[in-house]
Amino acid sequence: MEAFAYVAPKSLAEAYTVLANGKSSQLLAGGTDVIVQLREGRRHCDQVIDLKHIPELMGMRWLPDGTLEIGAAKPLAEIYEDAEVARRLPGLIDAASLIGGIQVQSRASLGGNLCNASPAADSPPALMVLGARLVIGSSSGTRELPVEQFFAGPGRNVLAPGELLLAVKVPPPGPHAASFYLRFIPRNEMDIAVASAGAFLRLDATGGRIEAARVALGAVGPTPLMSAGAAAALVGQAPTREVFEKAGAAAAETATPITDMRGSAAQRRHLVSVLTIRALEGALQRAREAR
Amino acid sequence: MRRSQVQARINGADIDFLCEPRQSLLEVLRDELGLTGTKEGCANGNCGACSVMLNGRIVNSCCVLGVEAEGAEVTTIEGVAHGDQLHPLQQAFLEEAALQCGICTPGFIIGAKALLDREPNADEQRIRHWLAGNLCRCTGYDKIIRAVLRAEEHMQEATKA
Repeated sequence: MEAFAYVAPKSLAEAYTVLANGKSSQLLAGGTDVIVQLREGRRHCDQVIDLKHIPELMGMRWLPDGTLEIGAAKPLAEIYEDAEVARRLPGLIDAASLIGGIQVQSRASLGGNLCNASPAADSPPALMVLGARLVIGSSSGTRELPVEQFFAGPGRNVLAPGELLLAVKVPPPGPHAASFYLRFIPRNEMDIAVASAGAFLRLDATGGRIEAARVALGAVGPTPLMSAGAAAALVGQAPTREVFEKAGAAAAETATPITDMRGSAAQRRHLVSVLTIRALEGALQRAREAR
Repeated sequence: MRRSQVQARINGADIDFLCEPRQSLLEVLRDELGLTGTKEGCANGNCGACSVMLNGRIVNSCCVLGVEAEGAEVTTIEGVAHGDQLHPLQQAFLEEAALQCGICTPGFIIGAKALLDREPNADEQRIRHWLAGNLCRCTGYDKIIRAVLRAEEHMQEATKA
């Protein structure tokens, strides 16, 4: 590995100062991507800034309106082991408990998974359908943006120089609403998605009509994708298999897959349709159980 | 690059060491501290051969910088036995012949111990799922799973006794 300096700021103010010291930086949370990329020469830097000593980035709390605010560097295992998070946001747990094996989950964070910006990452579709927003900070203040606006291409995000991803805010799904995320991999565990889908459904009080819907897709475009077509096929309809199949077909239209070592474009397009239907079925079951 | 001084508690002993920021915890354990029980497999976080406990959680030590261990508690395979007395998992791995080349074995034992310490009644499916981050190219896994189940039984009996 190339030599670099190691800095572990204890506050955000200190971190912003270090970020502005003129040296090239890589940010370290769990290290499960960035340390490997540094070792393999895919990333270079003068200094590695370890964010895990900044309290704001390691916390997790419920805001008064029921939003869950998760520090960007908080390890996935600490998120999915929280019984209240698992109860209220099972669709987030679907992704958080799926990324890597237990060794990776002990360290890897949502912030890292987002910043690494892999098109095949598991957390983005799950967060996109939940309507998550990202809190981005710099020495001049903070800004928020919807998670789906964070990705600029494979391995690229919209953080400007001097900015840090501070937190992920997941709003409460509300009554009669829930999300679900799943992926296709050729193994049972520990693999990178060939294709993936997240779905969110909100039903009316009778459970017979879809009031709101979101579908997001992974590994079938240069960034995770929202399928507006799938959502349009769902809203106002009854949550039936036939309607879900139409949404699956619309999601496949949204996908812009490539052929690579993990799968062909045709297989991925087919998978998007199947996974979308299954994600919708999973979200429907949860929405019916949710009070 | 200047070497940093790091203080950590490793296998129950307070240890001071020097390392470069670019050295992984795995490299520090093996090359600086002579703790060669922890193995390097893939060096990219896929195989689990370098598994160690860091502050009570299992991690791939190839994906941790040595300097990150400042103030941390680390347990490696060298810290699993009590003196000459093997841990029930180590004994069960021998009895079930749950190893061939042995490179993955320390990682499997650290991994299985992390699970059984938390969930002393984990069933086979849970054990297989938990150990998904540990790869073995020799055994086909069945002997490893049998060994973990056997160790679990011994540990449950020891608790009752």
